[in-house]
Amino acid sequence: MQLIPCPWCGPREEVEFHYGGQAHVAYPAAPADLSDREWAEYVFFRDNPKGLFAERWVHSTGCRRWFNAIRDTGTHDFRAVYRPNEPKPVIS
Amino acid sequence: MTNSFRTSTGGRVNRELPLSFQFDGTPYSGYAGDTLASALLANGKHDIASSIKFGRPRGVFAAGPEDPSGVIQIEEPFPEPMLMASTVELYDGLVASGLPGQGWLADRPDPARYDAVHHHCDLLVVGAGPAGLSAALTGARAGARVVLVDSLSEAGGSLLGSTEVIDGRPALEWVESVTAELDEHPDVLHLQRATAFGCYDDGFALALENRTDHLGGAADPDDTRQRVWRIRAQYLVIATGAHERPVVFNDNDRPGIMLAASARTFLHRFGVLAGGRAVLFTTNDSAYAAAFDLSDAGVTIVAVADSRAQVSERLQDGCVRRGIALHTGHVVSGTDGDRRVESVDIAALTGDNEVGQAERVAADLLLVSGGWNPAVHLFSQARGRLRYDDGIGAFVPAEDLEQGRAVGAAAGHFGLADALRDGASAAAAALGPTATAAVTEHQVDDLVEAPSAVLWSVPGSGETGMAFVDLQRDATTQDVLRAVGAGLRSVEHVKRYTTIGTGLDQGKTSGVVTSGIIADALGVGVAELGVTTYRPPYTPVAFAALAGRNRGQLLDPVRLTPTHVWALTRGAEFENVGQWKRAWYFPREGESMDGAVARECRAAREGVAFMDGSTLGKIDVQGPGAGELLDRIYTNMMSTLKVGRARYGVMCGADGMVVDDGTVIRLADEHFLLTTTTGNAASVLETMEEWLQTEWPELRVHLTSVTEHWATFPVVGPKSREVIAALVPDLDVSNDAFGFMTWRDAEIAGVPVRIVRISFSGELAYEVNVSAWHAMAVWRAIAEAGRPHGITPYGTETMHVLRAEKGFPIIGQDTDATMTPQDLGMSWVVSKKKEDFVGKRSFTRLENQREDRKQLVGLLPQDPSVLLPEGGQVIETADLPEAPVRMLGHVTSSYHSATSGCTFALAVVRGGRDRLGETLYVPMNGTPVPVTVSDTVLYDKEGARRDG
Amino acid sequence: MTADDVAVDQRVSPLELWRAEFKALPAGVRLRELAFLTQLSLRLVPESPAVAAVSEALGVALPLEPCSSAVAGEVTVLWLGPDEWLVMTPTGDGETERNLRAAVQGHGAVIDVSGQRTTVSVSGPRARDLLAHGCSIDLHPRVNHAGSCVQTHLAKAGVAIWTRDDSGTDFWVVVRTSFADYLARWLVDACVPHRQDPQWQ
Repeated sequence: MQLIPCPWCGPREEVEFHYGGQAHVAYPAAPADLSDREWAEYVFFRDNPKGLFAERWVHSTGCRRWFNAIRDTGTHDFRAVYRPNEPKPVIS
Repeated sequence: MTNSFRTSTGGRVNRELPLSFQFDGTPYSGYAGDTLASALLANGKHDIASSIKFGRPRGVFAAGPEDPSGVIQIEEPFPEPMLMASTVELYDGLVASGLPGQGWLADRPDPARYDAVHHHCDLLVVGAGPAGLSAALTGARAGARVVLVDSLSEAGGSLLGSTEVIDGRPALEWVESVTAELDEHPDVLHLQRATAFGCYDDGFALALENRTDHLGGAADPDDTRQRVWRIRAQYLVIATGAHERPVVFNDNDRPGIMLAASARTFLHRFGVLAGGRAVLFTTNDSAYAAAFDLSDAGVTIVAVADSRAQVSERLQDGCVRRGIALHTGHVVSGTDGDRRVESVDIAALTGDNEVGQAERVAADLLLVSGGWNPAVHLFSQARGRLRYDDGIGAFVPAEDLEQGRAVGAAAGHFGLADALRDGASAAAAALGPTATAAVTEHQVDDLVEAPSAVLWSVPGSGETGMAFVDLQRDATTQDVLRAVGAGLRSVEHVKRYTTIGTGLDQGKTSGVVTSGIIADALGVGVAELGVTTYRPPYTPVAFAALAGRNRGQLLDPVRLTPTHVWALTRGAEFENVGQWKRAWYFPREGESMDGAVARECRAAREGVAFMDGSTLGKIDVQGPGAGELLDRIYTNMMSTLKVGRARYGVMCGADGMVVDDGTVIRLADEHFLLTTTTGNAASVLETMEEWLQTEWPELRVHLTSVTEHWATFPVVGPKSREVIAALVPDLDVSNDAFGFMTWRDAEIAGVPVRIVRISFSGELAYEVNVSAWHAMAVWRAIAEAGRPHGITPYGTETMHVLRAEKGFPIIGQDTDATMTPQDLGMSWVVSKKKEDFVGKRSFTRLENQREDRKQLVGLLPQDPSVLLPEGGQVIETADLPEAPVRMLGHVTSSYHSATSGCTFALAVVRGGRDRLGETLYVPMNGTPVPVTVSDTVLYDKEGARRDG
Repeated sequence: MTADDVAVDQRVSPLELWRAEFKALPAGVRLRELAFLTQLSLRLVPESPAVAAVSEALGVALPLEPCSSAVAGEVTVLWLGPDEWLVMTPTGDGETERNLRAAVQGHGAVIDVSGQRTTVSVSGPRARDLLAHGCSIDLHPRVNHAGSCVQTHLAKAGVAIWTRDDSGTDFWVVVRTSFADYLARWLVDACVPHRQDPQWQ
């Protein structure tokens, strides 16, 4: 049972969290102006790296806050977590 | 023949406490402290099981969980298959039998209790041998929270099966003093009969504790039989010892063939002689202790075959002194015997890696030792890297863990002094200066051992006859060579090809040997070949233990509504809706489900009926940005809703597909309350929070679940107005004063309520909302006020019939993740005024504009007595064509309509709305049944009834 | 009898049917439903200018640290999230709610959620051991002190666990109303194997 560090509540068991997919995929400012292709890029296309990946998580059972995490998809290690209003940390 | 192989004194068994048991139908006796294996051996019973493929007799090969062959079934008190006789602690009344490789499961529920406990510690020490005890004691003295788990019935580990001396005293005296001191520390948890079976992420380990079996009939039947300890440790000390490794030779599987140290353990721990005339076959010094101790205990050691060309003077002297014939440079090349080993072939190793002519000696016990494998299972599970040590022919930890360390024999440090020092220094490394100060030095005389030989398999093994690598899987050297011959190069592939290591012993004696044999065959090093991955569980764990108390009524939470007990006393039948337990229908005495539902439907359509709809999700939305947020989330406009009014709304995902629907009421300018479907309450709130917190943090809105604060009771039917009027005399309930899709605050039975005029049935209806505290008071008041009108409680089935008759879809039943509002015939709920909302842009995607999209329609069976199956496929032809059949869609809801006197269904059908009036077919039991495509509304198409 | 009295008399708490079973437990643990606590959801961003007024209305500084709490007389304030608190009080006169509403003004929200959850007092020398059967959070007094409030799972129910002393013997478990029966069943069942355990007597 892995621990995920909630930026507010601290490390908790992974079952307290839900996954929210890739982080930093901003909702387009004017969807109506996008082509079908561009809109599909926003709705359907996501990165799938082996290695570091910025993701959204939510501490469902705890403080109900969404946050971002840099997770290594190869090892599941959470390398960093940060609140939505914080910049994406630089991790090599 | 009772206990005739028991020594007259010695051992850790309690000779004052004899225990009776049965094995294969024969009564035996043993002592408290025995395992089933030791008790059987004490009675001279070696042949206890048979092998899975070849049916060859098999016995006890090892004294611990590494035993691949002593596989038994417990018959009484409760059936339990596939256990190792060496790990079953004896108790009075045990009935067991040997297995032919497979056991049988009970066909009745297990009456025993199983549970789990979470525990946190600074230091988790696995194994209460010298290294583990030393670590635990150092940690305890440093004031740390320590957990010490060990699988045996008492602490001591390898010391239980030996004659070691610590600080000039018998080692077990030291063990006793350590455990006594550990007991004094309140924050030390010391568990015996507890096997750590898995190491996972972030210092998490699971241990299975056997708590009551050994107590036999004296156990409290309410006590927990097995407990899973869920341990979160800051630091992990792996003091799991080592497993002795066999050497493979022809006919190496006969009962009476046993790992050397195991025979020594049987002697010292249980006072059992594993035979009368023994041969030792070894590649190393350690096994001589077994031969010498057994000899001293009265066993005739016929010969020692040591594969090494030379052995030390000490060992030579030991042999000479005991009259043991020592054959250096010799191996065992085969055995013979009927149900047990009767003779052993000893042959010289020749220079060209062959064996010479064998000499046959009579023996009933053959001790084997090919060296030692550190028990690195947990270390490896914890992602510790291993390296191959050429000197001992074994894989050893190559590093410390990030938060842990293997110590003692588990680290490949086999001496007692090493073990004691290792354990203490690991605790010190984990805990820092306070623990370092607590480290105690001990006086131990370790013998200096000569280098071991590494020998996986005696030359020529398996060329004629059978030489087993994995006794449990009946896999031989020839199987390994066949796998290699077939082109397999990876140990993982060979494992799966041969099934080696897949038995319940998980290849503890065969894994490394297999790597060695493959390496020899391929001419590569064992180091580069590696060993198969160690995975949990280390020893078998019953599903019952893993399930713990999550069974029966506690399998999953059962969520109850405020009227649950009332419905129960009214004889309601219940249905599970997610975790909710909801009243399904309320049958009267002798009434069928169909009868009850028809009666409840009639009451709602013709009189008045009421139900508990409290499971609806409810979200309080407050703040200056509330209207804007709802406009972005719902497809229709919510910010224009007037205070005092209600509006139906649909939510979509960004892909334009419907995810939920419900009603929104506006309580104040910046205050809304919305409902969600029962099943989506949590996910809708979470999704709304995601938009709010991550995309639109500038909107000042607070979302709060009030699902269970509000009980919700729809009062439905043409006479509902009279019931509400009676309940709230000062409320003007006329349609003009209290119109459809409006709400009023009121009081019922002295309790504040909110009444909303919404209808999920098409009938005049009032939804009464009340705080959960007062739910039953208001529910009873409604029942009382409705009594003159014959008010009828109804359940979810009637709710479904009523809503389906009106063509109201249930999101998640009539839809899946591929339905747009337009597909549902709900273009009217999609705002054309709003510049954007979640999903809007997707509606204009080409795919969502196709005319042959599946659309929600009604289906009327042409035989009005036929009830279509939900999930039934919709096809075009009256004859079932050859497969593949073109599917137009499927039935999503299907009911009897008491009101209309027919059956009907909702379905999603390709281009369905252009097919109204067409005849399509739904195969039932292979026969297509004709149906007419209709619009979704079966009843009151004009919508005339909602205002009464 | 006033209408209010009638209403009070007719209230039903989620765990009233469990009273007898709670009483029959081994002495090492005591379970008691604290029914009918007024519960208010207080929503406010911590940077809000209303924080001071709210603190004044509560009689204690609003706890801003994650997983913390504050107590002022009979009023308990549990941190549930960075902008969410649960205010609990046994008094049902509406005064706390009125005061809070006045203090929050337009800066947040005060929502009556009294029926949303119920509270189970879990106390006694074995209280921590009982919770350890289903709670993955370390409640040992060395690391968990009076005043901590963690939202987590107890068995399979989401709960808030409020620690009330420094010896691990006094907790409030706040649970959603619909899960209360499940949780009570689970708690009572967890005690069964300990009936004969001398340490639980």
